[in-house]
Amino acid sequence: MTHIAIADQPAEMHHPHSFVTKYIWSQDHKVIAIQYGATAISVGLIALVLSGLMRLQLGFPDTFSFIDPSDYYQYVTMHGMIMVIYLLTALFLGGFGNYLIPLQIGARDMVFPFLNMLSYWFYLLSVLILLASFFVGGGPTGAGWTLYPPQAILRGTPGADMGIVLMLVSLAVFIIAFTMGGLNYVTTILQARTRGMTLMRMPLSVWGIFVATVLGLFAFPALFVSAVMMAFDKLLGTSFFMPAVVSIGETLDYSGGSPVLFQHLFWFFGHPEVYIVALPAFGLVSDVLSTHARKNIFGYRMMVWAIVAIGGLSFIVWAHHMYVSGMNPYFGFFFAFTTLIIAVPTALKVYNWVLTLWQGNIRLTVPMLFAMGFIFTFVHGGLTGIFLGNVTVDLPLSDTYFVVAHFHMVMGVSPVMVLFAAIYHWFPKITGRMFNVTLGKIHFWATFLGTYAIYLPMHYLGFLGVPRRYYAIGNTDFIPDSATALNANITIAAIFVGVVQLIFIVNILWSLFKGKPAGGNPWDATSLEWQTPETPPGHGNWGPRLPTVYRWAYEYSVPGAKQDFVPQNVPPEDVEMEPGAGPYREHTV
Amino acid sequence: MAFIVAIVLLVAASLLLHWLSPWWLTPIASNWSAIDDTINITLWVTGFVFIAVNLFMAYAVFRYRFNKNRRSRYEPENKKLELWLTGFTTVGIVAMLAPGLFVWAEFVSVPEEAHQVEVVGQQWQWSYRYPGEDGLLGAADAVYISPDNPFGINPDDPNGQDDVLVTSQEMHLPVDKPVKLLLRSKDVLHDYSVAQFRVKMDMVPGSVSYLWFTPTSTGSYDILCEELCGIGHHIMRGRVVVAGEDDYQNWLTAQPTFADTQSAIGGDPLAGQAHFAICASCHGSQGEGNQALNAPRLAGQAGWYIKRQLAYYRDGIRGVHEDDVYGRQMAPMAATLTNDQAINDVIAYIETLPKTKAETTVSGDIAKGKAIYEPTCGICHAPGGHGVWSVNAPVLVGMSDWYLVRQLENYRAGIRGNHLGDEFGFQMRSMVSALKEADAINDVVAYINTLPEAAPDEQASVTTGGAQ
Repeated sequence: MTHIAIADQPAEMHHPHSFVTKYIWSQDHKVIAIQYGATAISVGLIALVLSGLMRLQLGFPDTFSFIDPSDYYQYVTMHGMIMVIYLLTALFLGGFGNYLIPLQIGARDMVFPFLNMLSYWFYLLSVLILLASFFVGGGPTGAGWTLYPPQAILRGTPGADMGIVLMLVSLAVFIIAFTMGGLNYVTTILQARTRGMTLMRMPLSVWGIFVATVLGLFAFPALFVSAVMMAFDKLLGTSFFMPAVVSIGETLDYSGGSPVLFQHLFWFFGHPEVYIVALPAFGLVSDVLSTHARKNIFGYRMMVWAIVAIGGLSFIVWAHHMYVSGMNPYFGFFFAFTTLIIAVPTALKVYNWVLTLWQGNIRLTVPMLFAMGFIFTFVHGGLTGIFLGNVTVDLPLSDTYFVVAHFHMVMGVSPVMVLFAAIYHWFPKITGRMFNVTLGKIHFWATFLGTYAIYLPMHYLGFLGVPRRYYAIGNTDFIPDSATALNANITIAAIFVGVVQLIFIVNILWSLFKGKPAGGNPWDATSLEWQTPETPPGHGNWGPRLPTVYRWAYEYSVPGAKQDFVPQNVPPEDVEMEPGAGPYREHTV
Repeated sequence: MAFIVAIVLLVAASLLLHWLSPWWLTPIASNWSAIDDTINITLWVTGFVFIAVNLFMAYAVFRYRFNKNRRSRYEPENKKLELWLTGFTTVGIVAMLAPGLFVWAEFVSVPEEAHQVEVVGQQWQWSYRYPGEDGLLGAADAVYISPDNPFGINPDDPNGQDDVLVTSQEMHLPVDKPVKLLLRSKDVLHDYSVAQFRVKMDMVPGSVSYLWFTPTSTGSYDILCEELCGIGHHIMRGRVVVAGEDDYQNWLTAQPTFADTQSAIGGDPLAGQAHFAICASCHGSQGEGNQALNAPRLAGQAGWYIKRQLAYYRDGIRGVHEDDVYGRQMAPMAATLTNDQAINDVIAYIETLPKTKAETTVSGDIAKGKAIYEPTCGICHAPGGHGVWSVNAPVLVGMSDWYLVRQLENYRAGIRGNHLGDEFGFQMRSMVSALKEADAINDVVAYINTLPEAAPDEQASVTTGGAQ
């Protein structure tokens, strides 16, 4: 605990003075978090526009002359990759991870601030490399976000020259950025917690971010090596993933490689990636739900162990993405088994969220609406995952719109609902100002109802057998005209939801300058970040002395206490009690 | 309050959509009704959880909405409840997983009596291989693939000689007989999928994957590729015809064996010259084309392409649409070539004709045309416009530009490529959707006009024994 003694002496800190060191080359985790967040949201908006273009083509296939098949597949690919990696991963870990970890565990900053700064700049570089692929000959890769070889590097796929190379380089740079950030998050959580902050007193946000980061540190290397190997296949003529093929009439000089090997490596990363996004979301939403329900999170220990169990299991389920990949079909037994096991801890988390609401005192604030919207969309997306995880049920549904609908519900809409919940929840702390509540509620309703209108009917296209990743469905015997009409309606809903996000942007920008001052703890929350001496927290977060933690982060509505929340850092003897209620007693976890 | 109403309505709307929507599993035509059962079991279990959790949440929000005079109940955990929930969830999971694994066990064990058929995928076509009388398929490998041997069958393997080859996009299967499909790819990943059969599997270059089923209803079903395979993914369409045993055998015996395709008689240019006299009256003595007579240049076009078009004219696949004025003139001319030998001969003669670039008659915005051509047309027709045999894309460079314009217009208007028998024309119809703007066709053709005509040895294979 020597570091705390040092950390209690702010005289040793070097506060930045110039604009550049404060806001550009900043080593303050809060500034880096905002840099990460702003970059991720910007690039996410590009991906949102791409999805709108994609939907225009799908809904009205004969109308938009500027979208040809190669454009379409490029939109599909870039939309998917940006959303999964450059938006969700970056915003949850680089954004919220950076902002919340030191504040919620009572640290002054990350333990390696310089590395943290480098992490952001490498991330920005990876984004710029990715976006550069829009401007090279042949454009960005159109291989699908899964980048399956051989097609990813052969002529029949858009962007098979420079596009795919830039994509692979960008991913490699992103992974370097993530590793720098990730090592920082893990080390900070393990080494820099303040006095009294035991692991089992940490808010679930920190637990989610912590386990997700550990997953990332184990999973991203698989993507890194597969990116390097594919780049070798493309540029040096190696055959890691390339068997002997005849590509559009031309016999190529590859032999003996395995395309399925790439899929194993990709999904060994790709499935934990789902939880790299989901676990921080689980954590953040738990804190939002508990705070606005004025009730402790139900079953905290179970929630922690569920996060850890899901994280562990996520490494042995990857091939459920490959049931029809042509791998040995006997693998199906094992992966269906492990995949459905993971449903148990996940279901428990859902039960505990709704049980947190039960007997609560629920404030229907904007973050709370988004958090409960998340429960609805996540239940939906999680349950459809059971269809696809069960190998037999997957056979007819794999590669259809059912898959698209499923993963957008569970990995698109649900985490985004949490992101909005979290942004609205922590906005007052980050900026010191309150957002506009009316705009926030309009944003919630339009997004929540709009996305369900997009994705619920899409599942039924999948039951019909409508294949995904088709530029145009064209004529078939089994897809009725009503399905085409449905596609048009889905497009209208999608464009609506896309445009509505402008309300969010306007609200954030307007409130940043004109919002009402929020005060230090507008939600009456217990966790440490709401107890900072300044709002927004200053450099070093805590003033001269680090806080001391006396209890878990969910001490809401304690019987007999005067207030319905007891912050983590209030000494037991200072907790005001109702007359005759007797002394305050710790809850021990 | 709005939130509670919304959740209840969303749950109700989900149920209504499920029961009232016209969209559900396509009627099954195979033995895999057990797969549908597993879907239904999963739907019932998950549907129950979906309703229960969401209505519980809505009720909790209603019952425990904010009241400043009330406190939440302080209850950190309830081990008993959590154990019950764990147990209950586990039972639900087992109820879904166990039937799934039983059905999967059936899927991975192919019945011994299943007959084998090979399906070969390539960008963006299907072909099929049936074992001959020996019941065995010959060994195949990418290294043997050539215009004369598109399946890549090892010519030295005796088992391969009697293999029956189907290069049409349509395969046939006998009804009520279990079949094991061996799936192979020449280039990238593909996926054999027939919605009515329920099963699907990827096709992986360098290895052979499989699936099995028993077709239970006669009829004709779409085969779709369901693994992204490049820009033509959505137009990689095949067809499977399930027929009675007799019809199936009749169809099978009409298909050529590998040995047949290897010994196919080449063309005789001298005999062809005599046949060509009638062609020359419109297309010119050197096959150079004549715009006044609406006859395009022939010299330099790929032999396999001319062969297929002649067969299409002869068989009533092309030149039958009422708006295809010039095609309807061509059809009776093609009918004068009464057999395949005559067609082979005339093509052999055309190959001897000098290749002179046709006159430029079309102008347009070359830069715009290039932007359209390179990512779209150029993938199949080659960046230089020389055509590619393996994807059935004919030569464009140096050919009559006014003819290209007319054909693109015909594709766009559905005059060409609309006939079910025109298996590659439909792909072209889909691709011209990239030419929606009025001037796009002229722009693309103007760009093609700027491409240099290749040396003959770099051109698309012009052998008569080409891909199709």
